[in-house]
Order: sequence, then structure tokens, then C-alpha cells
Amino acid sequence: MQTDNLELKKLVYLYLMNYAKSQPDMAIMAVNTFVKDCEDPNPLIRALAVRTMGCIRVDKITEYLCEPLRKCLKDEDPYVRKTAAVCVAKLHDINAQLVEDQGFLDTLKDLISDSNPMVVANAVAALSEIAESHPSSNLLDLNPQSINKLLTALNECTEWGQIFILDCLANYMPKDDREAQSICERVTPRLSHANSAVVLSAVKVLMKFMEMLSKDLDYYGTLLKKLAPPLVTLLSAEPELQYVALRNINLIVQKRPEILKHEMKVFFVKYNDPIYVKLEKLDIMIRLASQANIAQVLAELKEYATEVDVDFVRKAVRAIGRCAIKVEQSAERCVSTLLDLIQTKVNYVVQEAIVVIKDIFRKYPNKYESVIATLCENLDSLDEPEARAAMIWIVGEYAERIDNADELLESFLEGFHDESTQVQLQLLTAIVKLFLKKPTETQELVQQVLSLATQDSDNPDLRDRGYIYWRLLSTDPVAAKEVVLAEKPLISEETDLIEPTLLDELICHIGTLASVYHKPPGAFVEGGRGVVHKSLPPRTGSSESAESPDTAPAGVPAADQPSVIPTQGDLLGDLLNLDLGPPVSGPPVATSSVQMGAVDLLGGGLDSLMGGGSGGFAPAPGTAVPSNTGAPLGSGLGDLFDLTGGVGTLSGSYVAPKTVWLPAMKAKGLEISGTFSRQVGSISMDLVLTNKALQVMSDFAIQFNRNSFGLAPAAPLQVHAPLAPNQSVEISLPLNTVGSVMKMDPLNNLQVAVKNNIDVFYFSTLYPLHILFVEDGKMERQMFLATWKDIPNENETQFQIKDCSLNADSVSSKLQGSNIFTIAKRNVEGQDMLYQSLKLTNGIWVLAELRIQPSNPSFTLSLKCRAPEVSQYVYQAYETILKN
Amino acid sequence: MIHSLFLINCSGDIFLEKHWKSVVSQSVCDYFFEAQEKAIDVENVPPVISTPHHYLISIYRDKIFFVSVIQTEVPPLFVIEFLHRVADTFQDYFGECSETAIKDNVVIVYELLEEMLDNGFPLATESNILKELIKPPTILRSVVNSITGSSNVGDTLPTGQLSNIPWRRAGVKYTNNEAYFDVIEEIDAIIDKSGSTVFAEIQGVIDSCIKLSGMPDLSLSFMNPRLLDDVSFHPCIRFKRWESERVLSFIPPDGNFRLISYRVSSQNLVAIPVYVKHMISFKENSSSGRFDVTIGPKQNMGKTVEGVVMTVHMPKAVLNMSLSATQGSYTFDPVTKVLTWDVGKITPQKLPNLKGIVNLQSGAPKPEENPSLNIQFKIQQLAISGLKVNRLDMYGEKYKPFKGVKYITKAGKFQVRT
Repeated sequence: MQTDNLELKKLVYLYLMNYAKSQPDMAIMAVNTFVKDCEDPNPLIRALAVRTMGCIRVDKITEYLCEPLRKCLKDEDPYVRKTAAVCVAKLHDINAQLVEDQGFLDTLKDLISDSNPMVVANAVAALSEIAESHPSSNLLDLNPQSINKLLTALNECTEWGQIFILDCLANYMPKDDREAQSICERVTPRLSHANSAVVLSAVKVLMKFMEMLSKDLDYYGTLLKKLAPPLVTLLSAEPELQYVALRNINLIVQKRPEILKHEMKVFFVKYNDPIYVKLEKLDIMIRLASQANIAQVLAELKEYATEVDVDFVRKAVRAIGRCAIKVEQSAERCVSTLLDLIQTKVNYVVQEAIVVIKDIFRKYPNKYESVIATLCENLDSLDEPEARAAMIWIVGEYAERIDNADELLESFLEGFHDESTQVQLQLLTAIVKLFLKKPTETQELVQQVLSLATQDSDNPDLRDRGYIYWRLLSTDPVAAKEVVLAEKPLISEETDLIEPTLLDELICHIGTLASVYHKPPGAFVEGGRGVVHKSLPPRTGSSESAESPDTAPAGVPAADQPSVIPTQGDLLGDLLNLDLGPPVSGPPVATSSVQMGAVDLLGGGLDSLMGGGSGGFAPAPGTAVPSNTGAPLGSGLGDLFDLTGGVGTLSGSYVAPKTVWLPAMKAKGLEISGTFSRQVGSISMDLVLTNKALQVMSDFAIQFNRNSFGLAPAAPLQVHAPLAPNQSVEISLPLNTVGSVMKMDPLNNLQVAVKNNIDVFYFSTLYPLHILFVEDGKMERQMFLATWKDIPNENETQFQIKDCSLNADSVSSKLQGSNIFTIAKRNVEGQDMLYQSLKLTNGIWVLAELRIQPSNPSFTLSLKCRAPEVSQYVYQAYETILKN
Repeated sequence: MIHSLFLINCSGDIFLEKHWKSVVSQSVCDYFFEAQEKAIDVENVPPVISTPHHYLISIYRDKIFFVSVIQTEVPPLFVIEFLHRVADTFQDYFGECSETAIKDNVVIVYELLEEMLDNGFPLATESNILKELIKPPTILRSVVNSITGSSNVGDTLPTGQLSNIPWRRAGVKYTNNEAYFDVIEEIDAIIDKSGSTVFAEIQGVIDSCIKLSGMPDLSLSFMNPRLLDDVSFHPCIRFKRWESERVLSFIPPDGNFRLISYRVSSQNLVAIPVYVKHMISFKENSSSGRFDVTIGPKQNMGKTVEGVVMTVHMPKAVLNMSLSATQGSYTFDPVTKVLTWDVGKITPQKLPNLKGIVNLQSGAPKPEENPSLNIQFKIQQLAISGLKVNRLDMYGEKYKPFKGVKYITKAGKFQVRT
């Protein structure tokens, strides 16, 4: 090892790396040489030594590594420094605690401002790798200065370094659109890099920051234009690169179709492309298909349908169908193309064509029935369940126009038990349809199928459907007709789009494995560690609006971010018991003649719901909250016009800006944000429901779990029209305080369940206590003094309100707006003392002494209350009101 | 980051493995073999495979699979680019990237892999730097080494790696200072049955061979730089200068490298130099068919089209072909069903033609698919896009270099549908 021959040294080191693990005691003898080599005059040897030491995964050696590593991190030679930076990451992998204890992380952070770009790049790479195992730590805490350093280093470091820096930049959240634009400008030259990974990372940064730029900006248009050529260039590279590029382009096309709308031709398939490239290209072609280019696309697709590869041919045929559904004007041409393909009589082409023609019928009913005859000719060649099911569906749907529909269906019925479930279900429905359309001739047939489905089948789905039809038909054939032959909703244009929220997340992960799999990283990264949820920055119109609290960057986690309650939990027992039928007032009325088990369920749920509201209830033992919850029922509303109390503040109490309570990710596309307000004596919950899913949402209902102050909705949640995708609705839900009481921790925690046609979602939020301060909370002076004395001193709590620059008068008028009443004001030794009182909806009085020193921005608040648990929350309310 | 690398040959033997972090068992490759089996054709193995604990990202180059194992979220393009770089380096060092070459030079291979990646982070990937660290093997050197006992490993610090121009090594000296540029354009095109162009674009590159002493600062200008609107640059090119003046200004690496690659896609700029007349038909129920193909020159700017080769993947049902060619020779491989016709030069006076009978498997149905014709050709001294180098200036050094520019047009993925 002590040889001067570099090659020999390298080979010995290589040997050590491989065999140290099996003979740790022998390896430890090498430590001295390593330490000595770390001080060699030749930087190459210093770097080699520190590099090799990091690769020896033996604990005993690791301890000795720290000192040389520290020296190398501060080495005068950048080559050594950059090697040492990587070594920190190696060490972290072996012993994370050691790295933290030795303060290497801070040294590494300092290296981000190193003068040598290569060192910066390696430091960033090492930090990113370490950060991945510590998702919570803000190792890469970026600010405009460090961003500037990174951007400078970006121009000068190696291609690999550029990838690390760009990936790191993508995690930064610019503070306004101007900053975003300037970063974009400096990243754009990377689009012309020869290394495709650099290009794709640059695309990621641009796609993300573009979100913040206003669409009217000239620069926005320029940027869009600049993005197309590099993406296309990626497609001329090796097939493996093409594949990854295509997966990412698939995302980009969904997010911003305008970028590549003129580049359709580059996605045309060459016959010797690998199959994985072919399938991806096809997918993107359909996404880009529009009225302008549909002729070209169809000609291509038709060409592909005669290729050799069966999978590819099938997908091409399917693609023709999708074009028909997507571009209405082309539907006719697509259908005739499909008919041409059916004429070829190639078995799998015919079957695939029939499946897509079914979809075309579902999109354009009563338009292309003329082709049915051709389809029927091919009935015998169908051997795949999906194609058979499709054909049966067509026959059933258009039974009245097919003369021999009964014969056709009967022929299928012969081998009923050998068919797959899909075909059986379809056949059952089709025959029932046929019966309803031609009742006279097909009675026998329908009886046969019903008995086959209900008596001879083991499949519960099939049996249930059989029974439903049977009862429908025997009870009320007219109703049956209405149900079975009801008009069906048209199928939507694109059924395979990625959910917008997922798409946004994936856009943040362009160029990563997540973008190749089209799954969020959490769905597949090992052990779920290291997953930081990323979101696109919100668009800011101008820098002014960016400063207002409403548009605070979404990525910054708010301190009091509401937590979403997991679906299973003990606490939720109550919530789950309350069935979430729409809370209609009055007993449920069974309107349907169809006997459904669901009605009972609903009724039961509502009974317990009503019972909870009207019946008396005992407070949970051990709570200090008095149980006279019923009392303030009137008081809250009684003083409707009496609230001014001498001061002309009609504005109501302070309302916090809306925060997101339920992110769309966790609620199948429903996003709920909201806040609480108190206006003229009534409490309301102001909600914004946003539909970020692809389907319409309806049947909304809301329910609260029992909570500390008995908050409950005073009216059902009324969303008048169904909520279309990407639409939001603002609702002010009046609340009362007559609900069941249960002490929560924290006291102001409110657990909410919201239901819609999709599912039931649970979340919890904290409400500010001042919405519970009632308007008649002003105490008589004498009463105040007596009560103050009466409450034992141990119930007194002191708080500091920091950084509040108001004077005593403005404080008292501000607080009055939120029903905190000033009873007296004294001036003691230059300090203003305010004596205040407030009353909660459940009758608890809170007395306060607020000490204000003119020179000191910190106030001292002393609170006295018989239920000292509330003090802390009252203090929070004070702070919120005074600071806003 | 990149955890391990396995090199696998076509018969499925793992003949080299390298681990940069802890050792990953070879058994992880079983997932790869599984995917390979499913894909049937070697080219169709998906490049990204997920396994319960790792991800396998692979490339297929020169009959070798480079399979890398990664454990965390790493940009796949980064891995693929790196693997191609490894293959390029082997090619550069050993003249070919084959199993035998790698096995013969296994020590150098390990040394290279060790230099190229440290703990999964790329370290030195520029061939200039690598060659300074590890000298490529030559017959002369191996003889000298075996006598003197010296080694292939340089003992100097790769100074270039630390400077702001990491791609160039310092202290370059030549007696003959030369700079050559090859403008190579490949035409990718799809021509449909009737002979009209469905899609065509030019993929161009400028490959350079620079042997200049010292630190030359070059600037290369074009007669018609407007042609280049979609360009990827070697890192040495100053982007600002290109943006403002459309001049390529750079300090070149030493030796061979790709200066820029570009794409010309507007169809009216892409001339199609050859046309193909074809007649391939299979008769119903007669187990034979006819084959008749003629190739002729089209817009070739007065230059000769040479090196013409046509390959056709015939349908599976084809048993044999008995054809006669007026020019060149043809072969038909009954196993892979590939027909190759080596035409050579096209002379406009006598157009090359290949025609004859196709024998089909008896009893098999008439093949549905239409085989595509894949054409290769070359045109010397012509850049089909019309790109022309105007001048090359050198700053920073006193001597006068010898300069040369060569143009060549080739067929890229040039396909004619029938």
C-alpha cells in the first residue's frame, strides 16, 4: 500500500474495498496508510485515499475517517474538496448519526458557496442524497442568494453536475413571478445541451416555474416555443432514451398540449422501433390528435393496423376508436376505417374493432347503426370475452333494429356457463333489453337466461343482477323499462387521462422514475421514506398580489395545517355511526316502490342523528366544560341588533384567510378549503369546495363529530348544482352550538366528515376560539371585580403577546369587534392596563388583564377563568385578532 | 445513485459486475432475464424494470446488455446516458465494445469504471481526462510495459478536471496542427405506398477531430446558420455567442468529439435523394408471390448516390425467394426472413432492379402485413440540408493550423412502406 506506483496503489485500494468487509480486523491495519495518504502532497492521492476510505464499510474504520475527511473538506485543492463532498454522503449511508454529530452537514452546506462549480455540484448531489433519507430536514434550504450561486455554477460544471443542480432548483419555490422568470431565463440555455438528462431536468424546472408566469406575458409564449425542439430532439436518440422521453412527453402533452401540437409527425412509428417505443408513440399521437391533423393520424393508424406485432396492431385499432371519440368531426371517417379493417377478416383486428365500435356507439348513439349488419357477419369469429361482450351489448342495445336479435342472443346462450363473467352479465342485460323491446317473442328466452343466472350460477354478481331484473320485471314492467332502457350518459372524451392533481405532482417529478411509471413517488419508492410531496407553485398575477396572505406559496407548510383523519381510528367511532345521508329535517320518507335495503340504513342513521341533537346529553366525565349548552341557544341570536355596544364596528369578528383543510389528493379529487367566521351573532363555516377530479360530484352532505363546544351544522350543506370538474363553489354553512359535547384535544379540534357521490371523507381542523365569543360578554364593573377575586389564583395564566405595535385604544376597539369587551382602563406607572371580559357560547366567562407598555411591543395578558383549560385558546384568539 | 453494473451477453451470462456501494447479489438479474424472455426479441427488452427492492435500468449496445441497479429515485435518463457513456468509453479505448475486448482488458475496464463513478456519482467521464488518468492500451505500450514494468496509469493530476474547461487536457503539443470537421447528415424518412413523403427530417451532426497545440480558441461560422434552429451543443460551446451572433465559439477538447448535433425538420428543406418503385404481392391460395423493386435517383443535387443497401423483413410465411438482380447481389436469410440487397452505386442510365418469385409456406394464409423496405445510401460531398461552413478562425495561439471540412449525407431510418 505504501508503494509509489499509482496503479499498484489503486489496485490495492480496489482490493481493500472489496474484501474489507470479510476481514475487518485486517482492514483496520490499513487505516494508518489512509491517514498518511490524506496528507500526501499530490492531491490525486489525497483524493484517492479519502474516496477509498468512504467505500470501506467497516464501522471501526469509519471512526478514523472523520479527521482526514474534515481536513479534506477544507483542502486547498478543489479536486480533493469535491471528492470529500461525495465522501460525506458515503459516510452518511454507513452511519448517519456520526455525520450529524461531527457537523459534516454544515460543512457540506458551506460548500454550496464554494468557488469551484464542480465542488458546488457535488455538494448539491451529496446533500440531495442525504436529504432523501431525511425528508423532514431542510438540508437544502434554498434562498435567492444560494439559488444565484447554483445558477452560476450551473453554467460551468460538468453535465452530471448540471443534472444535480437542476433537480435541486426544481424544488425551489420562487417568491414571485419575476424571480421565476429570471430563473427560467438562466435555465433555458440548458435545453441545447447534448446530454438528454440535462435537457429533461431543465424541462422539469421550466414546466414547474412556468406555472407561476402569467399567460399574457410575452415571455410565456417564447418559453412554450422553446420547449418543443429539445423534446423532439430527445426522440432521435437511442431507443432507451426515447422511451423515457416519451413517457415524460406523455405527461407534458397532458399538462400543456400547446407545446407539441404541431409536432405530430415526429411521433409516427417506424417499423423497426422497439415495441415499447411504438406503444408510447401511439399513445401520444392520440393525445395530440385534433381536427387539424386527424386525417394524417388516421392514415397512419390504418397503416399500423397491418403491422406484424399483435399488441401494437390491437392498440392501433383501439386508437382509431379513441380518435373517433375525441374528435367528433372525424367519427365518420374512423368508423369507415374500422369497417375496412373488419373486412380484412384478421381475427384479432376484427375483435378489437368491434370493441371500439361499441365505444363509438356509446358516444354517438343512433348515428352509425348502419354498420351493425357488417358486425353481425363476424359474430362467429369472436372468441375473446371482451369482443363477445361488446357485440352482445350492441345487439341488446339495438335489438329493435336487428331482425334476428333473438336468434343471435340465443346462439350465445347455448354455452352460457362456459362464458366469462363479463360476457354472462352482458348477455343477461342484453336479453332483458330485448325482452322489454319485443316482449311477445322473447318471453321464453328471458326466462331461460334468468333461471340460468339465478339458479345455476355460482357468481354472486350475476345472481344478484339476475334477481334484480327478475323482480323488476315481475313487479312493474313499466318501471323496469324506465330503469333498463334509461338514457345512458355519453362516455367522456378521454377516459385514460391522469387525474389533474396527480398530473401536477408528476410534472414536478419529470425525468424521474415516477414520471416513467406515472405513479406518485410515494406509491413505489422503497419503504415510503424520502418522499416529499411536491406541488406546482400557484400562478401569481403580479408581485403585489403575491404578498397578500391568500397567495402564500402552497408548498410552504403552514404551522397549523389541518390534518386529515385516517379512515380508521377509534376517535371516529361516533362519526362512522352517523350515517351520512343528506340531513333532511323530518323523518325519512320511503318514496321508491323498489324495496331497497339502503332505505333502512338511511333511516337508522338519521334516527341516531336526530336523537343526538334533541335528546339531553351528559358531559363527558372529567371535563370542566359546563353542560348548560342549551342556554346560549337564544343568546347568540337574541342580540342580533344589540351588538354595537357603543362602538361603531359592524364588521364582525376577524376572519382568517381560507386554508386548505382537505387536499384533493386525499379525497379523490375533492378539495375543501375554508375558514370560520362570526357575523352578527351567528357562526358560520365558509367553505370552498373544488372538484379536481374528472367526474361530476353531487349529493354533498356534512357532519361534525362531537366536539368541545357542541358545534354542529345548523342547516344541511346545500350545493345546488352538481359540481363539474375544475369547478368550485363557495358555501357559507351556518353553525350552532347545540350539538353533542365531548372534550377534544386540543380543545378547539373539530372533526368533520363530508360525503359526496364518490365517497365519505374525513378531516379535522382547528377553529379559532373567538368565533364562540358571544355578543353579551360585557360584564358589569362590580361583577368583574367580584368575579376576579372569586376565581382562585391558581386559575390565572399569563401570556406574552409579542410584536404588537398598537396602542391601548386601538387594541380595545379591535378586540371589541370580536366580542372581547373592555370594562375598564387604568394607567399605572406609564403602563396601560385594560380589564376585559368575554363569554363563550357555553356560558364560560373569561376575565382578562392586558398590560401595555407604550415603548414595548410585547403585551402581557393575564387570563382568569373557572375553566382554565380554555385560557390557552383564548390567548391564541387574542393573538390572532391583534395581529391581523 | 447508481449502485451496481452488470454486463450480460446475448446468451444470458453475466460476464462482468461492478459495485460502487454495497454488493448487490447477481440474483437481481433474474428479473431482467424474465423480462428478456417475455420480450422475445433482444431489442424489445424494456429499459426500466422494477423489482421488489431495486430498479434495473438497462441499455443494449453491441450485443451486450448494460444493466445498472439503482435503489433510490434517480433520473433514469441520467443512468441511461451514463451507461451509453461507459459503452462509448470502451469503444474509444479498445476500438470495439465487445465481450472479448472487455474480457481481454478487464483490469483497464475496472480501473475505468472506478474512475467514472464514485459512490454512484459520475466522476470523470470525459475521454480526454480519462486518457490522462488511464492510458489506453496499444500494442507498443503493452510491450514496453512488460519490459520496463511501468503501468497504464498516469501519475499526473488531470488538471483539466479542475479548470473551467474540464474537457481539455493541458499541455497538448502537436507537430502538425490540424482541425477537421465532418458534417454528417442522416435523412430519417417514411415514404408511403404511393411514393409521397409521410415524414422526413434531417439529423445532422458535426464531428470534429482537433489536434491543436496549447489552448486554441476557435470560432466556426456558417454560410446559412438560420438552418440550425434546433441544436444540441457540446459543453465547450459558448451559448451566449451563438444566441447573439450565430457563431460557434469554443475551446475544443483534444481529439475526436461531437461538436453539435442538429435537426432540420421543415419538410421543404428535406430533399429525398432516391425513389423506390415496388410491387410486392402474394396470390391467394397459391403459396407464391411476386417481388419487383426498382431504385432510382431523385433530388440528389448532381451527386452520385452510392453504398445503397436495401433490407426487407419479409412476412413469416415466406419460405424462400428466387430473385434476379440487374446490379449488386442479394441474400435471403430463411431463419430471420430478412432480404438484403447490396446495390452499390446507382447509375441513372441503368436503374437497379430486383425481381422474382416469393415462395410461401404451402397452406398458410396469405400474409396480411406489408413489409417495409429499409434503404441505406450515402452521398459524398453533400450536406442535403444545404448547410455550409463559412470559415474557421483561431485565436489564442500563434501557429497556423491546417483546416478541413468534409460533408456527407446518409440515410438514417429511411423506410418505404409497401
